[in-house]
Amino acid sequence: MSDKKAPEPPSSEITPEKQYLRRRELIKNAGLFAGTAAVVGGGLYLLGMKRTRPMDKFVPDAGELAALPVSGGKGSGPYDTDESRTPYEDVTTYNNFYEFGLDKNDPARHSHTLRTRPWTVTIDGEAHKPQTVDIDQITSWFPLEERVYRMRCVEAWSMVIPWLGFPLGELIKRVEPTSRAKYVAFTTLMDPEQMPGLKRPVLDWPYVEGLRLDEALHPLTLMAVGLYGKTLPNQNGAPLRLVVPWKYGFKGIKSIVKITLTEQQPPTTWNLAKPEEYGFYANVNPQVDHPRWSQASERRVGEFRRRPTLPFNGYAEQVASLYAGMDLRTNY
Amino acid sequence: MASPPLPWLKPAVLVGGLAPLALLALQGAQGTLGPNVIEAVLNQTGLMALIFLLGSLACTPLKLLFGWTWPVRIRKLVGLMAFAYAVLHFLTYAVADQGLKLGPILEDITKRKFIAVGFIALVLLVPLAVTSTNAAVRRMGFPAWQRLHRLVYVAASLGVIHFVWRVKKDVTEPFIYGAVLALLLGIRVVEAVRKRRRARPAPRPA
Repeated sequence: MSDKKAPEPPSSEITPEKQYLRRRELIKNAGLFAGTAAVVGGGLYLLGMKRTRPMDKFVPDAGELAALPVSGGKGSGPYDTDESRTPYEDVTTYNNFYEFGLDKNDPARHSHTLRTRPWTVTIDGEAHKPQTVDIDQITSWFPLEERVYRMRCVEAWSMVIPWLGFPLGELIKRVEPTSRAKYVAFTTLMDPEQMPGLKRPVLDWPYVEGLRLDEALHPLTLMAVGLYGKTLPNQNGAPLRLVVPWKYGFKGIKSIVKITLTEQQPPTTWNLAKPEEYGFYANVNPQVDHPRWSQASERRVGEFRRRPTLPFNGYAEQVASLYAGMDLRTNY
Repeated sequence: MASPPLPWLKPAVLVGGLAPLALLALQGAQGTLGPNVIEAVLNQTGLMALIFLLGSLACTPLKLLFGWTWPVRIRKLVGLMAFAYAVLHFLTYAVADQGLKLGPILEDITKRKFIAVGFIALVLLVPLAVTSTNAAVRRMGFPAWQRLHRLVYVAASLGVIHFVWRVKKDVTEPFIYGAVLALLLGIRVVEAVRKRRRARPAPRPA
């Protein structure tokens, strides 16, 4: 480079004619490059990225949900864990609720169409006092307790959730079971208008679950109407859901409209769909693998490392006696 | 006649193909991958591996059906991208999900058929990636190289089976990929049959 301020560029800096002519081609190629890269990247995004769209605006604003009065125990009873609680954002955006879609974030996106008032629950079957009751009536019957439970999903993830609710046993006692009552069957709402996922025959709708009567009467078994001190968000099974902390999460049937006391073991949705993968009992058991993965360990949602899974999800002391003499490899 | 060089094509496919990875990294850094980051990365890398595998298998049918030659130019790149995503998928499983604990990993591979077929698919892709260079083609001779690379048909099929068996209930999405694979392999079968017919000596005029 010359250090003089030359009025004309030296001949060495003059663009060769060939290169000058290629300028247009370079621009064209740059455009084609950018266009193709965008098409390839965009196509891949459309094919695969739907599951990782940001969820921020779907987290229910705590202000939208009514605070619930806790008149019973508050998270420090004999059954509560003091393990650190899974963040509210995770509890409300990582859900299996196939009535609103198959991806974990679908329920948070789509469940706003569910109308939880007015809502009635029918309690019938082998009961002396079968009845259909308004949800607000039911909750007025019992003091609401906070219970901090571990929840273990059959997919090997887990959470710690502060539920608000009352023991299912109290509700069952109110309808006075007959001597023939051996099991309790539960049914979820089935309304395609409110639950878009019902339009796909993924499962045999409506979702049904069941417990043995002694399991249902166990003081750990909770009917939840809230979590984190507020009304249950729709994606978590509003207005009324079952929580059985020593069983895999799919037993925790959501948005219950019917509870029936039965003599025979009721059919249950996942057991009907894939009996070799999902048993009626579904007790958390690190010894019995799921056909597609080991159940020996789990990942607490939000954590990186796995932790060993505890028998009966850590509630063995309270519930193992319910299964005395049963082979839990067969009765999984 | 020499075909146009399309100098932008390979870099564009490379950049576009790495975009999902960049997005994953970005979302990971921002913490917007949802509550189960490992699951999100597993699902995305696995799906990308399958998409690129099917993409590499689409090159020949596109040439047969439409006479396009440009897909064949990027076939090697697309195949290597499939391998790269498959390796990332496996590493996510082995390192992040299983914490590199050999016992559980071996148990998964030997006891669970959905993991076994995925692992076999990955293993089958290794020799293909290793022999992806022009030098390897020369060293092996084209017929032997071509025979070896037909393993990709097996790998892609196992990849689809891996996806079908992984899904809990609704198999619509894996079946769509299965249908695409069946179409891509079907076109090859039809072409092979036609070629054989053509190769048969034509009846000579008397």
